Amino acid sequence: MAVQSPLTRKPTLAVFKFASCDGCQLSLLDAEDELLAVAEVVDIANFLEASREVRPGPYDVTLVEGSITTPHDAARIRRVREESKFLVTIGACATAGGIQALRNWKDVNEFTAFVYANSEYIETLDRSTPVSFHVPVDFELRGCPISKTQLLEVVTAFLQGRRPNIPTYSVCVECKHRGTTCVMVAHGTPCLGPVTQAGCGAICPAYNRGCYGCFGPMEEPNTAALSAWWKSLGVDDRGLVDAYRGFNAWAAAFREASDRHEAAITVRGASA
Amino acid sequence: MTTSETGTRRIDVDYLARVEGEGSMTVRVVDGVIEDVEFGIFEPPRFFEAFLRGRMFTEAPDITARICGICPIAYQMSSVHAMEDALGATVGGQLRALRRLIYCGEWIESHALHVYMLHAPDFLGYQSAIHMAADHREVVERGLRLKKAGNTLVAVLGGREIHPINVRVGGFYRVPAKTELTALVDELEWARDAALATVRWVAELPTPKVEMDFEFVSLSHPDEYPFNEGRLVSNKGLDIALSEFNETFEEEHVARSNALHSRIRARGAYHVGPLARYSLNFEKLRPMAKSAALEAGLGPVCANPFQSIVVRSVEILHACEEALAIIDAYEPPAEPFVPVTPGPGQGHGASEAPRGMLYHRYELDGEGRILDAQIVPPTAQNQLTIESDLRVVLEENLDLPDGDLAWRLEQTIRNYDPCISCATHFLDLRIERSSS
Repeated sequence: MAVQSPLTRKPTLAVFKFASCDGCQLSLLDAEDELLAVAEVVDIANFLEASREVRPGPYDVTLVEGSITTPHDAARIRRVREESKFLVTIGACATAGGIQALRNWKDVNEFTAFVYANSEYIETLDRSTPVSFHVPVDFELRGCPISKTQLLEVVTAFLQGRRPNIPTYSVCVECKHRGTTCVMVAHGTPCLGPVTQAGCGAICPAYNRGCYGCFGPMEEPNTAALSAWWKSLGVDDRGLVDAYRGFNAWAAAFREASDRHEAAITVRGASA
Repeated sequence: MTTSETGTRRIDVDYLARVEGEGSMTVRVVDGVIEDVEFGIFEPPRFFEAFLRGRMFTEAPDITARICGICPIAYQMSSVHAMEDALGATVGGQLRALRRLIYCGEWIESHALHVYMLHAPDFLGYQSAIHMAADHREVVERGLRLKKAGNTLVAVLGGREIHPINVRVGGFYRVPAKTELTALVDELEWARDAALATVRWVAELPTPKVEMDFEFVSLSHPDEYPFNEGRLVSNKGLDIALSEFNETFEEEHVARSNALHSRIRARGAYHVGPLARYSLNFEKLRPMAKSAALEAGLGPVCANPFQSIVVRSVEILHACEEALAIIDAYEPPAEPFVPVTPGPGQGHGASEAPRGMLYHRYELDGEGRILDAQIVPPTAQNQLTIESDLRVVLEENLDLPDGDLAWRLEQTIRNYDPCISCATHFLDLRIERSSS
């Protein structure tokens, strides 16, 4: 059994996983230079990917990875909320439903039958939804995957009792900081950077490709203006639907933009 | 947790730890006889193969990477090779070498994660690497630095460690300058030496002695220890092209699992992963890796799954040597990718993920949109073999007290570094013992 240090009570941290790829919680283990130091100031009480030792809540800070896609998980996230002082969602799945939210536009029964021979064995919900759809969330950390620097900032902030300092401006600002030439202006490469929240460090334009929206919509994104620009670069409505329906497809601004372009395809199809 | 009541012994270990993802295991023992062993996977289904339909062939590497945050390169590599097979493109020369190089980075980070953070604590009786660090700080720090060396290689070539952004069908978006790679050499030389020290360290860990009659399956390439290319071979006579995958293997959907169980049609369970690669390709290991393996007491074939920790360490060493050789010979190619023209077709791709062979198949329409997709991850392929290992280990250890037995069975599952997120969610380990 676990032995609590009798001298100090360190704040406790828990990590829970729902439907996801494990990549965002891996970011904590990927903080190779900081991990042992973090473990000295925080009591990692429940982190199954890293430890067999599981101590019961309540927890001071709980990190939740993954979206809610099964009836079992819809009940589980309520229990996690009850035993958590601060609940932080990490990543696009927990914050926006993830890539698996592409089912939300389709018939999940057809999906099940396509992948599995015996669909009666599979228990799944019609929609993949963010954690905030089910319980109150104290902070949503964006990214597919999250940035480990931002993760350390969020955990530190909650332990110190302050709001995390996470910018909500666009990827364009990060390109400026990095000194990257605009790939849309200079090369005509379609880029979601103008409507996507910063956080990754504007990696894609630095590698000669357009941003594909890993951190989800920025605050107040002008998707209509961006779509018009993409069209002038030769991207049609179908291409725009695909672009907005990526890893943050179910985030409101991207969902609405994609629905507009899908409706445009339908209208044109009907009038032809 | 252990409970003892008259006539019945029952152990519940809810949620198996130190694996990627979540699943369940149930063991029933009646009158000392094993009644049933089930390794179930309850990771919620995410339906990648279904929603890939209608997406462009160019999107497959970015989308399928999201199946696994630990081995995204494996998904990117299997998908780009399948697309290039479908569209008749060939990637050679330095672009091919860069693909091997980024894969070296993934093997180093993923294997170092497993060896130090997930598996070694079992051998030494610690709950986690963080607990282990209290007594073995320098060892854990070496593991973390080794893992970081792999991650740095992935990040330089791929843009970031998790879900890299630089891999595309036909090559890369941007290729590195020579100096970007030579800047990595000092740390990779350190990593090579640390990998050798790792092999020596894990070889001394107290290891259960078992010998399994596995059918090992891996890629085989005439000149190289396999990463991206080759035929599929086994130690029991299998030797096929990737296009023959579905004729040779079948996937079965059983009630206890959200992953499909794979088997060889003719023979049943098989084994993919480091032990299979090693045992089928020992002669192609780089020199230091080969001699370190022999020094560690391994033969050219290793059929003890508990020694997978040694073989993984040997593969870290091989990957460091390979990475240094690729960097040494590197000259930036004129173009970062070869052009790929969309069109109809079907393509197969397989590559060696850290956990074993990963097969992808796609069918495309004339525009290059995906009509059909099939993805067979390594952990799904190993599921039957994991169950059969559990039976053997259970049989040999029935006299252990419940807590120790549960831990040994967990360790048996972790021998496979199972990626349940790939194959599929909560590992709920349950042992029931009863007397009739």
